Amino acid sequence: MSSMLEVNNLGISFGGLRAVNEFSMTVEKGELYGLIGPNGAGKTTVFNLLTGVYRPDTGKVVLDGKDITGMRTAAVSRAGIARTFQNIRLFGKMPVLDNVKAGLHNHYGYSTPAGILRLPSYRKQEKRMDEKAMELLKVFDLEKDAEKTAGGLPYGKQRRLEIARALATEPKLLLLDEPAAGMNPKETQELMDMIRFVRKEFDMTILLIEHDMRLVSGICERLTVLNFGEILAQGSTQEVLTHPEVITAYLGE
Amino acid sequence: MKKKKLRVNLLTYGIVTAAFIVMQSLAVTGSLSSLMKGLLVPICVYIVLAVSLNLVVGISGELSLGHAGFMCVGAFSGAFFSKCMQDTITSGGLRLFLAMLVGALVAAFFGLIIGIPVLRLRGDYLAIVTLAFGEIIKNVINVIYIGVDGDGFHFSMKDQFSLGMAPDGKVLINGAQGITGTPKDATFLAGFILILVTLFIVLNLIDSRDGRAIMAIRDSRIAAESIGINVTRYKLMCFTISAALAGAAGTLYAHNLATLTASKFNFNTSILVLVFVVLGGMGNILGSVIAATVLTVLPEMLRFLNNYRMLIYSIILIAMMIYNWSPQVLEWRERHFGRLLRRDRKEAE
Repeated sequence: MSSMLEVNNLGISFGGLRAVNEFSMTVEKGELYGLIGPNGAGKTTVFNLLTGVYRPDTGKVVLDGKDITGMRTAAVSRAGIARTFQNIRLFGKMPVLDNVKAGLHNHYGYSTPAGILRLPSYRKQEKRMDEKAMELLKVFDLEKDAEKTAGGLPYGKQRRLEIARALATEPKLLLLDEPAAGMNPKETQELMDMIRFVRKEFDMTILLIEHDMRLVSGICERLTVLNFGEILAQGSTQEVLTHPEVITAYLGE
Repeated sequence: MKKKKLRVNLLTYGIVTAAFIVMQSLAVTGSLSSLMKGLLVPICVYIVLAVSLNLVVGISGELSLGHAGFMCVGAFSGAFFSKCMQDTITSGGLRLFLAMLVGALVAAFFGLIIGIPVLRLRGDYLAIVTLAFGEIIKNVINVIYIGVDGDGFHFSMKDQFSLGMAPDGKVLINGAQGITGTPKDATFLAGFILILVTLFIVLNLIDSRDGRAIMAIRDSRIAAESIGINVTRYKLMCFTISAALAGAAGTLYAHNLATLTASKFNFNTSILVLVFVVLGGMGNILGSVIAATVLTVLPEMLRFLNNYRMLIYSIILIAMMIYNWSPQVLEWRERHFGRLLRRDRKEAE
């Protein structure tokens, strides 16, 4: 069985700063993998490199056997990586349902003239999109908010909607950037249950960035620890969290 | 939400149709002043311009200050077509229809080639560059001379005499003096039909997969890219459709004038249309229709004020701005006229 994601020797500099250096990792199919590290360690930069927001100076990214190095963001999405953002980025002025339908963009199509002239293909595809989007909203317990404006939802629901939108693109790999940021312990617990559920229900491979140690140790099987753009430790969660260097650099003594 | 959207759309078509029927019957029975009669076609032109600019400014969220440029291209190419076809096509309606198609296509072409480099920019930079392109279009058309004689078309960018035409030649586009003698084919009915077509295209586009993509880019470019939406493609699509509609409006405008000169399509015209869009509400299509109508009629109605006319006009603009955007006034409106809105909300829940 081949790996879902293989990253080899990835690196990028901004001016004189080497933000990420010699970053390599392998995520297996169906795995729940964690990327941790102190603030400014380069975690989000790694996500941006994987999704084509930045182009790497060095290295290679292979998704499910396909080289996606240096592809544009939209092409990476079509290749099968979906993501959420550290500071939630929804389509704030659009209804919740349309946020998810936008995620379905590349899977249900009709031509522009068909949309303007309301041809049968428009009605048929829109109906299918509505059904599919409502299904996803139900999974995330958002079906009652379908008509509301996304920007007006409470924080926890916005996080869930962002994940629903990402899953609408039918990805092979889901990247979650600090999904528990700003959540209280109860919400974090619910989030953990939800991530587990998503993994099982959608048979999804998940790579997540997280600060919350309880969440990381609770659900991730393997971890990579970043510090100053370099890999500090890599391995099973238990191994990594007891690694002496990790404890000094990140967890504090 | 679906139901509400449909109702707002039907309301838009309904108001436009009702206004047309009222004005048309007033015009036919002769109870309309000649001043108002003269305003009917320009109102239609400005409504189409405002709705098409709203597509770029309100729906795709990009500030464009060059809308008059596309109107100019459409006006000149449409009028040129009509002058060439004056003897071939004798039906005024058909000629105008074909001229509008020509105007829209040429403006769309310009929208596309200007859009490709310009839409890489955002915000203020995009605004400045579109402004520049609008002026460039105007100034280039200002020095174009085209004539026709037995040998065919003659083209120059210097003056009328360097066209080198046979004595029987006819000048079609005469530089800064523009086009004279365009057949006066524009009618209120034609304007009304153009408005309906524009509304149909814009409202249906907004409520489709493409419209969702365009609005997604407006709300968060990065997130739109992350779900696989091709940002350049949709921005360009929006810009081109908007330019085409402005071109068709320009053609209608040209067929309402005895003399068409490029200097009319200056920065002020672009800003005027932008004012309609902002006062009507960004992304609010019915708002654009109403604002364009009121603000086209208003300066004419205020003529009796003589020197104070523009002063009062500005004050009314400010008052409309406050009425539409001030949070306190919005709250007051909600409290007194909110019944309709509330009913919508209940339905949505």
